[in-house]
Amino acid sequence: MSDPKIEGFELKPGFKGMAKDTGSDQTMFKGVHWGKAMMWIFLLSDTFIFSCFLISYMKGRGSTLIDWPNPSEVFGLHVGGVDVPLLLIAIMTFVLITSSGTMALAVKYGYEKNRKMCGWLILATAIGGLTFVGMQAFEWSKLISEGVRPWENPFGAPQFGSFFFMITGFHGTHVTFGVIFLFIYAYKTFKGHYDEGKRGWFTTMKGDYVEIEILGLYWHFVDLVWVFIFAFFYLW
Amino acid sequence: MSDTNEKEQTSTHKIGIYLWIWGLLFVLSFFSYMVDWYQFQGMLRWSLILFFMFLKAGLIMAFFMHLYWERYALVNVLLWPMTAIACFIFLMVAEFEYTVFTRLFYFVVGGQ
Repeated sequence: MSDPKIEGFELKPGFKGMAKDTGSDQTMFKGVHWGKAMMWIFLLSDTFIFSCFLISYMKGRGSTLIDWPNPSEVFGLHVGGVDVPLLLIAIMTFVLITSSGTMALAVKYGYEKNRKMCGWLILATAIGGLTFVGMQAFEWSKLISEGVRPWENPFGAPQFGSFFFMITGFHGTHVTFGVIFLFIYAYKTFKGHYDEGKRGWFTTMKGDYVEIEILGLYWHFVDLVWVFIFAFFYLW
Repeated sequence: MSDTNEKEQTSTHKIGIYLWIWGLLFVLSFFSYMVDWYQFQGMLRWSLILFFMFLKAGLIMAFFMHLYWERYALVNVLLWPMTAIACFIFLMVAEFEYTVFTRLFYFVVGGQ
């Protein structure tokens, strides 16, 4: 959402604009807050980390001669006498998408300087994230009680456990840190730090609602990673 | 008065677009769950999974993460490195096929 008009002159759109921005001997990402550019760069590096995990999972699953456990049965739940495949994972996906939607709206209301709405939506996002982590803890304990370990499992190829705990564990850690920051930012929003331009703890930067967008980028990224994990690990 | 209104619309978007994308994400997730529910197999399953996955990822990045409205300088810096990941995937596909081949080969003829 970079502002097309900065520093008094109009910026060109498209690839021509990109060439001008890049060759301007000035800030390359024009109209983009430095914190937002840095968050994007961080997310890019994080993309590579998750890609490496998923690619190693593909390599491990592809090269084993033992049958891979059927995720649809392993992650199924027994509800009211019926076996529902992937039920918990489906609910987790819907919870995460819900929280992603509330975050997108929080960013919107933040830019409109609607403090209350923004704060409540961040809080709703945090609670969604907390629910997700709780369900993941339930899923882990269920699998561990069934005998799944990083080195063995009763369903098939032993590599299954190590990839499962590594990938979902790393993603769950991201969600956990996101939830912590969501609670902090909800507090800061309700306190009005972004309206007054109050400085943060470790920065000289004045508080601004752009911080909500930066936090939102991180949260949407966590959702984005889950889209890929859901497709490759649970559905494939 | 109308001038200030126009200026506000450049930095924030109407709520409708977010609700639409939100709804679409729910529908697409439901569809990808249905792929498992009806137990589609083979190429149909994989192509459907990939189709819904890329659509969801694209919608999240374009609208929730605002990439659709960003300048090309940022968008291109973020998207071109993904080609490196695509290359890595192709390399590792060749690698696991080779591993499977050697395993099958030596399981049959026995290693000396």
